[in-house]
Amino acid sequence: MPEPLLEVTGLSKSFGALHATDQVQLHVLEGETHAIIGPNGAGKTTLIGQLAGDLRPDAGRIRFAGEDITALDAPARSRRGFARSFQITSVYRDFSALDNVALAVQAHAGHSFRFWRPARGDEALRAPARAVLQQVGLGSRADVPAANLAHGEQRQLEIAMALATRPRLLLLDEPVAGMGAEESQRMVRFLAALKGRETIILVEHDMDAVFTLADRISVLVYGRIIATGTPAEIRTNPEVRAAYLGEE
Amino acid sequence: MRLGRRRIVLLGLVLLLAAVPPAATLLGQPFYVDLVRRVMIFAIAAVSLDLILGYGGMVSFGHAAYLGVGAYAVTILAVYGVHDGLLQWAVAIGASMLLALAIGAISVRTSGIYFIMITLAFTQMLYYLGISLDVYGGDNGMRLPMRSQFGGLIDLGNGTQFYYLVLGLLLLVVLLVRRLVDSRFGMVIRAAKSNEARTRAIGFSPYPYRLAAFVISGGLCGLAGALLVNHTAYLTPDFMNWTRSGDILFMVILGGIGSTVGPVLGALVLLLLENALANWTEHWQIILGPFLVLVVLFARRGLAGLLWPGEHDA
Amino acid sequence: MNLQLVLEQVLNGAQLGVTLFLMAAGLTLIFGIMNLVNLAHGSFYMVGAYLAVTFYGWTGSLVLGTLLALPATLAVGVVIEVIALRTLYERDHLDQVLATFGLILFFNELIAIVWGRVGLFTNLPDWLSGSVDFGAAFSYPLYRLVIIAVGIVVAGALWYMVTRTRLGMLVRAGASNRTMVAALGVNIRQLYTLVFGLGAGLAGLAGAMAAPIYAVQPGMGDAVLIQAFVVVAIGGIGSIRGAFAGALIVGMVDTLGRAFLKPALATLISAPAAQSAGPALASMLIYLLMAVVLALRPEGLFPARGH
Repeated sequence: MPEPLLEVTGLSKSFGALHATDQVQLHVLEGETHAIIGPNGAGKTTLIGQLAGDLRPDAGRIRFAGEDITALDAPARSRRGFARSFQITSVYRDFSALDNVALAVQAHAGHSFRFWRPARGDEALRAPARAVLQQVGLGSRADVPAANLAHGEQRQLEIAMALATRPRLLLLDEPVAGMGAEESQRMVRFLAALKGRETIILVEHDMDAVFTLADRISVLVYGRIIATGTPAEIRTNPEVRAAYLGEE
Repeated sequence: MRLGRRRIVLLGLVLLLAAVPPAATLLGQPFYVDLVRRVMIFAIAAVSLDLILGYGGMVSFGHAAYLGVGAYAVTILAVYGVHDGLLQWAVAIGASMLLALAIGAISVRTSGIYFIMITLAFTQMLYYLGISLDVYGGDNGMRLPMRSQFGGLIDLGNGTQFYYLVLGLLLLVVLLVRRLVDSRFGMVIRAAKSNEARTRAIGFSPYPYRLAAFVISGGLCGLAGALLVNHTAYLTPDFMNWTRSGDILFMVILGGIGSTVGPVLGALVLLLLENALANWTEHWQIILGPFLVLVVLFARRGLAGLLWPGEHDA
Repeated sequence: MNLQLVLEQVLNGAQLGVTLFLMAAGLTLIFGIMNLVNLAHGSFYMVGAYLAVTFYGWTGSLVLGTLLALPATLAVGVVIEVIALRTLYERDHLDQVLATFGLILFFNELIAIVWGRVGLFTNLPDWLSGSVDFGAAFSYPLYRLVIIAVGIVVAGALWYMVTRTRLGMLVRAGASNRTMVAALGVNIRQLYTLVFGLGAGLAGLAGAMAAPIYAVQPGMGDAVLIQAFVVVAIGGIGSIRGAFAGALIVGMVDTLGRAFLKPALATLISAPAAQSAGPALASMLIYLLMAVVLALRPEGLFPARGH
């Protein structure tokens, strides 16, 4: 098996007596779309926090592209090619959609101790940003303040910002959360088009999206990964059925 | 077009300010040249604070410290016979930046209540230091031995020449800050204020940028301090009194934070108001205090917010 | 430098520490539970002092004057909280800072209008103005010992309240996680008003006790307020324990520094240099200490959980 792009071993984090993350093992291969599912309270938020660099694990290792990134904070991980989107939309509400994406481009265009030239006139930032907006379907909404975008468009903006950093790995936290049926399908189609070109970790509740997009699925219950496998394997796994899928 | 309007307002303000000396001469009231010059000096301090406050979200209660350092730098050099204005003012700015670096290195990592408390505490520390330096006047302060000298170029003893110098510097500082705020550097600061988690997620570590903004802000305020001591011709540790930090904050809020001309308007209104009230009653603070409370509660966006509702400069 | 002088300064340090603790305890709880920056806390110190002196003048008894000043200051605190501060809880810190700064200006001027700018002077009653002898070699003013004793008693009472009573449990929980406390159905409004009033009362007590021995004048609370900020920054936000430790440390460092830094420096550098550097450095000492503590532990020494 080729070396995984992301390798998580023995990851654990407790809050007092609560084992939010319990010896989690995870391998994500390059080009794979790997979904993480689990019932509410399974510890997905804590796990994502540790993967993204917002939370420090109590134990365990995270290796990314062969490098141990366990001790690195979120900006450092982003600079190494780790991009994330937030479950609760987190964009720059006062800035336009284009400004938002341009900032993501700027973060990866060297240092920003440039004091003179207006950033909004800088084509080196604006052109790639426009291209990404076009790619996610927001091309016509570039100059709209993010706060005025529809909820679904804001979710798209989140993805755009992640893509604009030219990541090696996308960590998407419930990308279709709060979206209506049609918007969700559009997003799923978009993400499906990214398959193979991007490596994606998809944390989702929406089972349609998961089974459409995932190459492999890991199931998180009470902080532990109880099963990892292809969608078909997971669907028929008795433990998973018991813990999560119930009688469908 | 918003950009055009901003420029027009700034131009209008500059023209208005430039008209003060001839108008004052015409009316036989030279006092107004002094008053408005003082306003403009504080406007420079307010603009410097707005850089980190309005755009960076950093509530510093410590800007009086840089006023003080700038003033002390000029005075101390003058005491030792160094009167060259360019050198003095360069030292004033440099010393302020160093102080801001030292204070910032500790406080910029913190946020919220801690940041306010710490900046306030350090200002007080400098105030006590100033009081205890008997050789430079202790808590009575001392006369400035000689105003900063600029060869034959400009005579700070001439009220009108000094006035126009200050006006020119104010304009320069306003344009400089505007440039900074629109640059890549400025965008990081503003992004970190708008949404820190998002800023970290896309790959920025806000700390170095915030610290740099803090240092620049301190330096500009140090320039205001150098100007102030030349204006009063008298050095006093009162420049570093923490209530003066409050005054500057008040100006920024009154004018509207995060706007180009806001701090200038704020300084103008506050100081003119203080002057008018003080002429009326010695207990003017009892009016000013609640006025401030009301501004905070009901006119949060300041004058810029009232004049141009619904617009941000962001 | 002899043992008597050292003992005297240590006790002075303890006395300053007690005053700072009374200020800082209220401040840290208000910060921790209500997330409110209150610059006007020093004004309660001032109000307590002025009221105590006034009531002392009316009743002829210092004890009675102080005891009356406490609930009066608490009442002032509650009134201010209800009228001016309630809307500030939801606002950001900048708004709180500016609004409470406005309150300081208002209070300082109000006091000046009612009592004049010169300040009040008051004498200690005879029974409190003596000294206590510790053996033949050392004696110390009785009143300052009383202040220390009152402070320790109040600290003990606060500790008891916070750790053993239901109210104290709410206070501690609120300091760690106020959303949770609200979610549990506790009347947050009342809790806030209570905590604020308590803080104001403590500050008033500090001011009342300080009145006979320090200058009672408009603006007297400002310097103490900033020292209280230093205490809270060092001790950590939200915990009484932190306030106590911080207050004691700051009180000792400041007092001993002012007393002994100059002579200590004089042994290292020339006397005239020590003459000017000594007091300058001594006045900066507690702020430098704060800088060091924060550089090593940015949350302070004993912050409440969750800060």
